[in-house]
Amino acid sequence: MYRYDEFDHDFVQARVAEFSDQVQRRLAGEITEDQFRPLRLMNGVYLQLHAYMLRIAVPYGTLNSKQLRMLGHIARKYDKGYGHFTTRQNIQFNWPALSDIPAILADLASVEMHAIQTSGNCIRNVTADHFAGAAADEAADPRPYAEILRQWSSVHPEFSFLPRKFKIAVTGAERDRAAIQTHDIGLHLKKNAAGELGFAVYIGGGQGRTPMVAKKIRDFLPEADLLSYCTAILRVYNLYGRRDNKYKARIKILVHETGVEEITRQVEAEWQELKDAELKLPEADIRAIDAYFAPPQLGDRPEGDEAVKLARLDSKSFSDWLDQNVVTHRHPDYAAVTISLKGIGEVPGDASDSQMEAVADIAEKYAFDELRVSHEQNLILPHVARADLKAVYDALVDIGLATANSNLISDIISCPGLDYCALATARSIPIAQEISQRFASLERQREIGELKLKISGCINACGHHHVGHIGILGVEKKGAELYQVTLGGSADENTSVGEIIGRGFSSEEITDAIEQIVETYLGLRLDPQEKFIDAYRRVGPAPFKEALYAGEAKAA
Amino acid sequence: MKVLTANRLTDGIAVWYADGGWADTVDHADIAHDKAAEDRLEAIGAAAHASNEVVDVNLIDVSVVNGVVEPVRLREKIRAAGPTIRHDLGKQAARAA
Repeated sequence: MYRYDEFDHDFVQARVAEFSDQVQRRLAGEITEDQFRPLRLMNGVYLQLHAYMLRIAVPYGTLNSKQLRMLGHIARKYDKGYGHFTTRQNIQFNWPALSDIPAILADLASVEMHAIQTSGNCIRNVTADHFAGAAADEAADPRPYAEILRQWSSVHPEFSFLPRKFKIAVTGAERDRAAIQTHDIGLHLKKNAAGELGFAVYIGGGQGRTPMVAKKIRDFLPEADLLSYCTAILRVYNLYGRRDNKYKARIKILVHETGVEEITRQVEAEWQELKDAELKLPEADIRAIDAYFAPPQLGDRPEGDEAVKLARLDSKSFSDWLDQNVVTHRHPDYAAVTISLKGIGEVPGDASDSQMEAVADIAEKYAFDELRVSHEQNLILPHVARADLKAVYDALVDIGLATANSNLISDIISCPGLDYCALATARSIPIAQEISQRFASLERQREIGELKLKISGCINACGHHHVGHIGILGVEKKGAELYQVTLGGSADENTSVGEIIGRGFSSEEITDAIEQIVETYLGLRLDPQEKFIDAYRRVGPAPFKEALYAGEAKAA
Repeated sequence: MKVLTANRLTDGIAVWYADGGWADTVDHADIAHDKAAEDRLEAIGAAAHASNEVVDVNLIDVSVVNGVVEPVRLREKIRAAGPTIRHDLGKQAARAA
């Protein structure tokens, strides 16, 4: 895992001191809210419905036990005993007092964490595949490159006042678990025919009110050119991105309005000026960062097969969890575990202080002190010996985090919605809870198979509804909440934007409508192996429209 | 009918203007029944913002139910009560206690 060097320590400490001073001056009335607002946003402090909200960066979703324990401590000491893991692999606290934020940031700095660039029109937390370094299918660990991007983009003077926020994601596998095609820049780390590492580069993806799938502008960029090429993209965007209308200010609009061919030409032309200068990454520097991400020493644990076999016979619930939440590791004696933060009827992504501490203990004892936050709002133990899976499972059962629903319909991404968010137009969480309860039977969920359901409480799409196999968007219409349904979205290597299926549903109707969609799918799929998204792509919206709205047409 | 609401600077907690000060609940907020009264509340809000007492000052629509002020919009109802999914949090928690 990356460890701060002296520079990082000094930099974060200096920022804590600077922002603490700004908070004190604000509380003393020496600076106005208009002056303070951009400063607090640069440090992750928002004002929401009920209170301030603090968003803390978890770079590329990687945490150690000490850090997670500190998040639990912050939840208990300064907040209301819980935190909310986000789709940017970060964590948010919903109730901190402004006057406590300097102390919180000092506590975070003590474990090499901060809230820098978690808001504002800058380059945000770089996200990565949550199975990075563990996945059996990756060309290489994408996190060293995410770290290089973090170092380059932190308070980058040229890119601190972009037209709008800017998000970068990196994956090291063909199977994209980092949703790179929904990002401003998506990087796919891969090897060329000669075995050299480089990136396929995508730009202009995004969600919000104008969802766009990113366009590939380069099939193979040598790793040494990562920063010069990203700089070229950012320069073109910074120069030509619209600043007249915040809804048209993301790079996706620039790519769309300029055309892929022309913008690629502009980026390449800019890059020609940069590529052989100081931004070229020296091989030694890349390998030095690589070394921070050296995998733990995974000793052989061949007894795992037998242990798992016996434990399966002993416990059906363990067996179900194994099938659903445990995936193959590059080392055959190990596995990567998804800790679901989507217990039936629970708030997606929320974890209590004591759960965070208990998970930290589990990671320390059984998972080489490593944890990840996934963009799907779950926690991950990337390296667990198969021989220890039962012990990990039992420990998770004790804290109520052993729900075996990874990638099933109740593994819902949901934004905070109108229960917390000042921008929201409708509630998201209660809808997620009701759907989760409707489909509470694990047997039924497994019968349905992989189904990604995502809910946003406003058009900004923090809940990724555009790329849900089933997406739900909550809006306000005539003073009431109304939920629009989109079908056919996905956020993997075949990214697509879902299509609106028809008129929206009230909060009382929406769960029935979702059930109707699911039943329609079960009735038309070719066989149980045909996933919802594949069936939808085969048959299109017609059977679903028919199921949802045919009665109305006849009645009218 | 409108009342004046904001968030307290120091802790961000939602507050409503009532009886010459900022109250933690909406229940007995000062109601403006006409434009002149709205202007008066707005001026109070602007002054409190300028003196760094509160931020995000707004006039919101309300009705009166059983002698208690109730916001009209769902957003403001949630601000006045707390998250609908966690009754142990926000103003509603104190009320239940």
